[in-house]
Parts: sequence; structure tokens; C-alpha cells
Amino acid sequence: MERIPILKMGHFLLVTIQVDMHDRLALTLQDDLTNQILKTGAHGVLIDISSLEVVDSFIGRMLGNMANMSRLLDAETVVVGMKPAVAITLVELGVSLKGVRTALNVEKGMELLQEPLRSKAGARGDEQQEG
Amino acid sequence: MPILTSEDVVRVRQKVRSWAIEMGFNLIDQTKLVTAASELARNTINYGGGGEFRLEALNEGNRSGLRLTFEDHGPGIEDVELALKDGYTTAGGLGLGLGGSKRLVNEFDIFSRPGEGTRITVTRWRP
Repeated sequence: MERIPILKMGHFLLVTIQVDMHDRLALTLQDDLTNQILKTGAHGVLIDISSLEVVDSFIGRMLGNMANMSRLLDAETVVVGMKPAVAITLVELGVSLKGVRTALNVEKGMELLQEPLRSKAGARGDEQQEG
Repeated sequence: MPILTSEDVVRVRQKVRSWAIEMGFNLIDQTKLVTAASELARNTINYGGGGEFRLEALNEGNRSGLRLTFEDHGPGIEDVELALKDGYTTAGGLGLGLGGSKRLVNEFDIFSRPGEGTRITVTRWRP
């Protein structure tokens, strides 16, 4: 069966959507992601949609669902790489993706995910110098 | 072309995209048109039980555009005005498909008779 790969990178899971997803594929991804969060104990999920030329209300809802489900499983989600034309269209469509954190690219998204981990480490008194 | 499965929805998106590019629509207009097509194609399956999709290139004097028609022989829409309202849904979705896609095109016509089916025609003109 066709699947979108979920990669583990340290404390995080990385999902890069590179195909024009049909609805069943999106639902499979939703299931796979929650399973992987449980299996790996990941603290964050980064979803890269920079290859997506279209995000309609269904895919938008699915991104929101994944963010909410992850949060309930103690993992933050950041959606990165949305194309400007997609953002313009989503707003006109009426999909606001409330509750979904976004960042411009993978690098900035990773920074967002690492922040809470760093402050947790700081609270425990770990010495971590940032360059 | 027929719209029966979620793979067909992807095919509709791809077809609309390639025609929109060929007709010289800019990226934002392409995206709006393809997104509207995706919403309406999905509705054809979810509410109409599947149907047919038609694509026409329009050339009228000094303007050109793309017209998309979605037709099904499903249960039809009882109250079209209500169905166009944001947030109204009978299938547990966001309720943005119809009203949202109307905002993404220039012309939006809906013809529906309960028990007979629904035909939706949308047009976007090239600016």
C-alpha cells in the first residue's frame, strides 16, 4: 500500500509530503503518525508541505487533526514550507488552521521544536551553552 | 471524465492545473482554480455518490477563461442557500467546500433538484 514515510530524527519525527495526496493517503498518514509518536515517544513532529501545490479544506483539516492528536500525545507539531499561493487560497477558502504552528522552512521549524526541550533541560539545571 | 474515487479527485486537480498553465493563468489563480476543483470533485463523490467532470476552455472576444462542470445523479441539495453557508455540513466536514470554492472563482452556478442530482459550473477568467 502507498504510504508517506515518517522519519525519526532524534526527539522528532519528520514527515515530508511530496506527492499530490488523495484523501485515503492523508488518512493513512494520520494513523501512521499517531502510531509512530507512541512507538518512538517523539516530542515533536515536523510536517514539510513545501512540495504541496494545493491544500484544500480536507487536507487542511487533516493537518489540524494531526497537530491536535500529536498534542494529546505530548508532541508539538510544526507545519513548514507552505507556498504563498497556498496560503492565499486557504484564507480565501476560509481555512485558518487555528492551533497549527507554522514556520517558513524546515530549519526554522526545527528551532521552534527544540525551544521547549532546551528550556526543560535548563530547568533541570543542565549546562547547555548556545553558540 | 468520471469522478468516483479519491484518486479521481487527484486526476481532476492535475488536469485543471495543466489546462490553467497552458492558458497562462498566474500561479495564484491556478492554485485557486485547482483548489476549487478539488473541493467540488470531492463533493461529487461524498454527496452525489460520484459523477462526471467536464473542462472547457473559453474564448470570448478579448477574454479567456476555464469552465469546470461537476455533475452527479445523487440525492440533490434540498436547500442550496443553506448548503452554501460556511460551516454547514451534512457529512462531518468543515462545511467550507461549496461556499469556499465559490469564493475562489468568478462565476458559480448551481443547479440541483432533490432526487435527481446536482450540476455545478464554475468559471474563472484570466485577468
